Amino acid sequence: MDLETVIGLEVHAQLLTATKIFCGCSTNFGLPPNSLTCPICLALPGTLPSLNRKVVEFAMKMALATGCRINRRNTFARKNYFYPDLPKGYQISQDTLPLAEGGHLLIELEGEKTKIGITRIHMEEDAGKLIHDEANQASYVDLNRAGVPLIEIVSEPDIRSPAEASAYLKSLHEILVYLEICDGNMEEGSFRCDANISLRPRGQNTFGRRTELKNLNSFRHVQRALEYEVARHTHLIESGLTVEPETRLWDEAAGVTVAMRSKGEEKDYRLFPEPDLVPVEIDDAWISSVMAGLPELPQARRERFVGEYGIPAYDAGVLTSEKELAEYYERVVKLCDRPKIAANWIMGDVMKLLNEDKRPVRDCPLSPGHLAKLIGLIEEGVVSGKMAKEIIEDMYKTGRAPAEIIAEKGMVQITDEDELAETIAAVIADNPGQLAQYRSGRDKLFGYFVGQVMKRTAGKANPQLVNDLLKKALHHD
Amino acid sequence: MELAALTIHELQDKIRAGEVTAMQITRAVFERIDALEDKIHSYISLTKKEALAAAELADRDIKRGDIEPLTGIPVALKDIICIKGAPTTCASRMLQNYLSPYDATVVEKLAAAGAIITGKTNTDEFAMGSSTETSWFGPTRNPWDQDLVPGGSSGGSAAAVAADECIAAVGADTGGSIRQPASLCGVVGLRPTYGLVSRFGLVSLASSLDQIGPLTKDVEDAAIMLNVLAGHDPRDATSVAAELPDYRTFLGRDISGMRIGLPKEYFVEGIDEDVLRLIRQAIKTMEKCGAQITEISLPHTQYCVPVYCIVVPAEASSNLARIDGVRYGLRAERLEDLAGLYTQSRTEGFGPEVKRRLIIGSYWLSSVRRDDCYGRATRVRTLICREFDEAFRKCDIILTPATPTPAFKIGEKTKDPLKMYLSDMFTIAPSLAGIPAVCVPCGFTQAGLPVGVQFMAGRFEEGRLLQFASAFEKNAAIEKRRPAL
Repeated sequence: MDLETVIGLEVHAQLLTATKIFCGCSTNFGLPPNSLTCPICLALPGTLPSLNRKVVEFAMKMALATGCRINRRNTFARKNYFYPDLPKGYQISQDTLPLAEGGHLLIELEGEKTKIGITRIHMEEDAGKLIHDEANQASYVDLNRAGVPLIEIVSEPDIRSPAEASAYLKSLHEILVYLEICDGNMEEGSFRCDANISLRPRGQNTFGRRTELKNLNSFRHVQRALEYEVARHTHLIESGLTVEPETRLWDEAAGVTVAMRSKGEEKDYRLFPEPDLVPVEIDDAWISSVMAGLPELPQARRERFVGEYGIPAYDAGVLTSEKELAEYYERVVKLCDRPKIAANWIMGDVMKLLNEDKRPVRDCPLSPGHLAKLIGLIEEGVVSGKMAKEIIEDMYKTGRAPAEIIAEKGMVQITDEDELAETIAAVIADNPGQLAQYRSGRDKLFGYFVGQVMKRTAGKANPQLVNDLLKKALHHD
Repeated sequence: MELAALTIHELQDKIRAGEVTAMQITRAVFERIDALEDKIHSYISLTKKEALAAAELADRDIKRGDIEPLTGIPVALKDIICIKGAPTTCASRMLQNYLSPYDATVVEKLAAAGAIITGKTNTDEFAMGSSTETSWFGPTRNPWDQDLVPGGSSGGSAAAVAADECIAAVGADTGGSIRQPASLCGVVGLRPTYGLVSRFGLVSLASSLDQIGPLTKDVEDAAIMLNVLAGHDPRDATSVAAELPDYRTFLGRDISGMRIGLPKEYFVEGIDEDVLRLIRQAIKTMEKCGAQITEISLPHTQYCVPVYCIVVPAEASSNLARIDGVRYGLRAERLEDLAGLYTQSRTEGFGPEVKRRLIIGSYWLSSVRRDDCYGRATRVRTLICREFDEAFRKCDIILTPATPTPAFKIGEKTKDPLKMYLSDMFTIAPSLAGIPAVCVPCGFTQAGLPVGVQFMAGRFEEGRLLQFASAFEKNAAIEKRRPAL
């Protein structure tokens, strides 16, 4: 049977506002349990939520970046259920009138562009965390995270493969980080994903029976879990069995999904409009000001890099994968005007050094100015590429300017033709045997002569000049 | 003259004249409390120590000439409003040991205005009731006849004012919880426009209806209290930012030529004869003041109680979910599992009326009932709001009975929740519409029980409301009586 995979993704992204969505507590991560709480986020009797306008602004950024239509009037709703990490006994979320609807994302997979619809983006609050102490048979509640703002981004069921799902997620992640509204840290849970998947015979319009996957903590998990589900659904369908509509957990260690609860057992959340909050009213002026503050998004920037700097699409992709890297690159190019060469050095040596240190671009000790200077010196032939590698490492370690390093190490290239011609003549004179062999047709010996010249100049000879002069000398009768 | 029997404005005059001290007033009120609490049980807890300390400070302020609108005035607070460091029990076993770590906005405002808090008054459990009988701490008794209820849910506040166990009190009104006990205890009870007074620190029953308001000995005191309580609060998103007048300036203004609407749906069978007689008298009084009386119609009145019985339990079922025994409040012992923690704690902690409303409310919000019950109720509520908007184009004020009967016997309606809900039938509509309404004493039944008349006004028309209430109070010249205690 020719089966088609249908996937829809729900992403929860924690917003980087300084304070929580409904109270003034800090949103910091990793502090002692319950140290970032107040009567409001502890849901003490009599407390009321008041909306942090920054949350609306951050959420609007994502909505506008994904081409969503902003609902000028949107409302909060209560999702009721009991759990100790949910202090009010309900989560304040959005239901019938979310912040934004009807956007899309263009993803690129193996050179092919696909449009994935975004159903809605809404604002809500995060829950706290339970800490289980197995030894003492006790559970503790940490409410530092309770009330941290989230946006939920719901995709249309437009995704047709696990690889596409992964590409969609990466793209979404990239935009959120570019917008500086989410740190994108999947391990700490600031970017979380649930997936809905079903299979159907190709050409059929209605959906097959779906399962929902949870506990997908990395792009890899998402793809592996979905691949597992595709195989599982395929097997069930082809064996004439039915797919149980249920929620399943991904077990990364075992590489399998495990049934958690059937859809029939799901809670009735008794959603109703949140009476403690008034509707969020958004006027054109607010939308325009948020729009005006949007940075250039990764896709647009990639296209611009190719057009404006003439670098290959691959390079543009690497350089724009991170906002700060792209900005670093542009600063270097502005100063040295050698876009392709700058791309090579950054993608090669600079990124290698950063990766080894696991250091973010913003903390790179090698300044764009110094790198641009060095590229200039290479272009002028003052230093060789080989020297440059050494200089870059030094600049990265010490933060010093290239001129200082070159002077200290005496690394200036020998570009004086007369000086080099003398050395070459001496090398030829000292190697009559090799000269004879070369002249009788052993071209490979050319490299031997280059090596000898370099040896005598301690590697400081300009390689291009050595080549030219050596050729002349060897062919000279 | 006994100090505890005086009004805010009378006492403030004496304070300004240097005739009394805050300490004398406070002691007089606590003497009254000590003498009467066994009989009335207006209070759940007292804050005597703090009150006496506050009185001492007030007297220092007075000496310096620093006199705020409530300086030296003992005020009681319904026990669903939070005071820092004091118990906030909501008259529930669930919270009988709960101390609030913060002050409600109105408590901050009262303190800033110089008020001396006497304690926390009794209420129906989580304000669910109309008789103050569902309190875990036992019922409050009506000062006029201790076999009768004081009304509810702010029954403790109303009784405390009527029995001179405080000078004024603060209550909260969801469907009549200020006005109905005010009527049954013979005091003035004002429910402000929804959004005029901050709800921050008021334990929510039904968020879209709850409103804090004063219970006082006369209309002028209500205006003084409202001046203190009203005002925008950024901590309550539903509180309204608006320029507010000095409500005292509306008192005594002429009402001649102004129109009073009598909704025919409020003058139907089933109203106690004594009540009806007193309301007719009140209408005559208003006519004598020069007001024009016109009959109006509010055809959706019949739907008010059903809508209320859906909206309130629905919101309450969600609002009370936080009272779960996890972070505070009663937690059942010997628990098997997590579900047990919730069900056992809530089973032991909540009384029958609370359970009834939580179960009913959860049902109204369940996916099978949400649209045809909760959804429809909110749509009908919108119609009720519009109906009032239209009515106020035909008249300036609406006059109705406040309650269908005077105070009833303790235990009389506890077995029949529907009968109990109907005692709020005249007070529910303004609550649903979010408009202000005030209950003013309009006389006594043959049995000597007080009865109140209700005035309603358009949104944020508290000034006009108090103008009419004070005109009525002045011209009706109800004989001054004090409960025989």
